[in-house]
Amino acid sequence: MGDLHTLRRKTVNVVMLTITGLCTLFAAGTLVFILGYLFVHGGSSLTLDFFTKLPTPVGEPGGGMANAIVGSAKLLALAMVVGVPLGFLGGVYLAEFGGSTFSFVIRYVTDLLNGVPSIVIGIFAYTLIVLPQKHFSTLAGGLALGVMMIPIAVRSSEEFLRTIPNSLREGAMALGASKAKSILTVVIPAAKNGIMTGIMLNLARVAGETAPLLFTSFGNRFWSPGWEQPTSALPVMIFTYAISPYEDWHRQAWSAGFVLLTLVLAVNIFARAVLAKKKHVAR
Amino acid sequence: MAASSSTVPSAGPSRAAPNFWERLRGGDEAAYVLTFIAAASILLITGMLVYELFINSADARAKFGWAFLFTQTWDPVNDQFGALPFIYGTLVTSFLALLMGIPLGVGAAIFLAELAPPKISDALTFLIELLAAVPSVIYGLLGIFVLVPILRLVEPSLRAVLGWTPFFSGPFYGVSLFSAGVVLAVMIIPFIISISREVILAVPGDQREAALALGATRWETTWDVVVPFAKKGIMGSIFLALARALGETMAVTMVVGNDPKIKASLFAPGYSIAAVIANEFTEATGKLYTSALIELGLVLFALTIVINGVARLLVMGTDKYKT
Repeated sequence: MGDLHTLRRKTVNVVMLTITGLCTLFAAGTLVFILGYLFVHGGSSLTLDFFTKLPTPVGEPGGGMANAIVGSAKLLALAMVVGVPLGFLGGVYLAEFGGSTFSFVIRYVTDLLNGVPSIVIGIFAYTLIVLPQKHFSTLAGGLALGVMMIPIAVRSSEEFLRTIPNSLREGAMALGASKAKSILTVVIPAAKNGIMTGIMLNLARVAGETAPLLFTSFGNRFWSPGWEQPTSALPVMIFTYAISPYEDWHRQAWSAGFVLLTLVLAVNIFARAVLAKKKHVAR
Repeated sequence: MAASSSTVPSAGPSRAAPNFWERLRGGDEAAYVLTFIAAASILLITGMLVYELFINSADARAKFGWAFLFTQTWDPVNDQFGALPFIYGTLVTSFLALLMGIPLGVGAAIFLAELAPPKISDALTFLIELLAAVPSVIYGLLGIFVLVPILRLVEPSLRAVLGWTPFFSGPFYGVSLFSAGVVLAVMIIPFIISISREVILAVPGDQREAALALGATRWETTWDVVVPFAKKGIMGSIFLALARALGETMAVTMVVGNDPKIKASLFAPGYSIAAVIANEFTEATGKLYTSALIELGLVLFALTIVINGVARLLVMGTDKYKT
């Protein structure tokens, strides 16, 4: 009787532990599968034209997504201008000046803003820029992505500033530096690498965002000079091409997916290698 | 103090208390004000977000009132808008995602935190966290061209087992609420794993040792001692995952089928709040149509804010366990 009980417990032990192992295998296997599939399908159909040519009219094979690549780069540049200074300064406030109820509120609201679905951020940018201007623009898309960058910029800047030991701050102040001077010349330079990597991860995240661009930067089959016209972007192209009925467009969607994923994962792997010592990464 | 300081020659009146302008020149006030403004502007932006959603949905709110949430008709031609099919689709797909994602995610988190050797655990966690970085449009792409064909193959056997329930009846076209649920599950698993793993790792070692010393097996220690200890944080990770699933747009739009009807069958195409906004916003003609879509955005916003608020409080509550 007792033996049977022990046997049952041992069996449960082995079975359940195996199941958790299988769960892990499934999760990790998914990534391998995604990478493998994209690599085979996307990588093989990638041509030089993809990077240098404009999309061709419907039905005409060939062409590329040069305008979408440039469009994405412009959108990301705008997003950085909007999101990084605000987020970084906010992070400095929380790490160096905060400590009260107000900081708690800021942190909480920042986390909530981070959780707002990207499509809702898109509506926000639409009401702010597209609605008054009555046309889609690169500007609106950049603003949407910029707003998306703010919460993570705040939290990652704060976290990296906090990893700097207080003795550095005290040392600077003991030498007669004001608080501002110690932050500017000692604390921020010490945390610089972390903060920069945080920004890169942040950029990689918004680079793949599609939903907030659908009705802000909209899309464009041609070049989009300046900042006031609708522009194409890689993730939006993937979406449009994937749901189209054309075989050739599907192929190009795979190529675009391959390029986008390679970029995003490369940044992530690089960033995590740099941050290997630090355990926590804000997301 | 006043007596002793009076004997020392004073360096001048300005030593006593530097006024605001002097501190400003020293940079402290400037740095404080500047960073304070940046921090406060986050509140301002969030406030503006709510305000814009509210103001721009005024037409729809005035016309339909609360009935907007409970009616099923979505007829842009006749200006009749009810959000129920979308709310239903959003909840069903997210629920399906949790149903599949929680066991897999928590199971893997347990394995990574409790069983795997640290090196293997770190390597696998690294891989899994990369999954969280994959853009949602890529999940959608794989959903359309890989998952849907796979589900078409699996469908007959699923139907053979569960076909007697209303949930797996009716024709299956590949794109459906079920497909969206599967894609969402794959997308939220990394979040559940990485947060749950950290929470489980933060459980003090003596809890495990005590249970093992009492003769519990490895699994009993994990399931009856460690997991209950980390329960709050695991719940937090699940709520975070839920919020993400509710607001997920592109992957769902691409596989859910985009049909605004409420059907019991999970094999039927459906629609979600985020998906209808993504699909119809640029085509919306007329103020009421746009306004109704923005109100849907407001509903989605409210839904995710509540879930996120709970999740953050739960995860925050576990911070005190960490050293």
